[in-house]
Amino acid sequence: MELEARLKALMLRGLDGDAAAYRELLSQLSRMLRGYFARRLHVEAEVEDLVQDCLLAVHTRRATYDRAQPFTAWAHAVARYKLIDHYRRQRVRVHVPVEEAAELLFADPRDATAAPDLARMLDVLPERQRRLVMDVKIEGLSLAEAGARGGLSPGAAKVSLHRAMKLLTARARDLED
Amino acid sequence: MKTDDLIDRLSADLPPTPSAAIPARLIAAAGFGALAALVLVVAWLRVRPDISEAAAGAFFWVKAAYTAALGVAGFLAIERLARPAGSPRRGLVLAVLAVAALAAPAAWQLFAAEAAGRAQMWLGGSWTVCPRNILVLSLPMLALTLWFVRGLAPTRLALAGAAAGLFSGGVAATVYGLHCPEHTAAFVATWYTLGVLLTVALGALAGPRVLRW
Repeated sequence: MELEARLKALMLRGLDGDAAAYRELLSQLSRMLRGYFARRLHVEAEVEDLVQDCLLAVHTRRATYDRAQPFTAWAHAVARYKLIDHYRRQRVRVHVPVEEAAELLFADPRDATAAPDLARMLDVLPERQRRLVMDVKIEGLSLAEAGARGGLSPGAAKVSLHRAMKLLTARARDLED
Repeated sequence: MKTDDLIDRLSADLPPTPSAAIPARLIAAAGFGALAALVLVVAWLRVRPDISEAAAGAFFWVKAAYTAALGVAGFLAIERLARPAGSPRRGLVLAVLAVAALAAPAAWQLFAAEAAGRAQMWLGGSWTVCPRNILVLSLPMLALTLWFVRGLAPTRLALAGAAAGLFSGGVAATVYGLHCPEHTAAFVATWYTLGVLLTVALGALAGPRVLRW
């Protein structure tokens, strides 16, 4: 089963009171969140605090999840809100760009269960965009480095990557239906 | 605490979550808000003495339908905005349609009226107090709604506050119709709308301060 569909199924069972499914959801989510925050914060203690803060928010506010919507989009919105709130409390002025929910979906690419999904999902992308997603999101290269590999300027790489992530989010949604 | 321990603890006690919890609580907030506004009308403003004759006429109900539509628009918007990444689109569309549906005949009525009677038609006898009264009547419900939404997960706080204001303002304005004797579309389209907008503005100001989680 695809990652999004699997997470959503776990969430739905959790909402109905299935503790084992819910536990599995939270541990998988904690790995995704760790990847998501680690890429953006670089201070390990802060990352773990935010992961816990998010898990707690996901738990206490789980009634706000609309069962008709993708789970990843909901969890991503919670994580992004907590990230922005973290910056605000630290009084750091950082612009958190509008990003696609796929950012969270692929935040834990070393997760063996996510890898087949990832490969299949990336199939929809043209070769150049696929390369770019792999370089930036998985290998952790900067946009400039990844762009240089493919002969793109940093600006062009940014636009291309954004399009790719958008496509992947749409694809995750399709697969779920 | 270690993250794994946290996960253990969170999944240890897991009562089922009802899927309609948010709409149900918002409707309860509207019930409470309407009741609080009614108490204020009865004790402070007084119910209009000709209420039974007025309720036999059509415009009494047009007025109520207009303000209720604004309240429903606010409900639709806050029901989404109380959730992460929620969109207010449906509520916004309904609010715009409701305003347009009343503003068009109001403009026509003014246009068709004798020049001498226009000011009276537009300002009635209570334009100086109408928006303020609606704002005051909406406060109990606005406070309750914001408190409730704070326990949910809004991510656009000013917008969520504004939607809570539209919800509360619409309900309060509907109850205000029990007191207010004004009977022209131009009056309602202007001063009732302004009263609801005051509540919307207050909600938008309060949102970023009180809705953080």
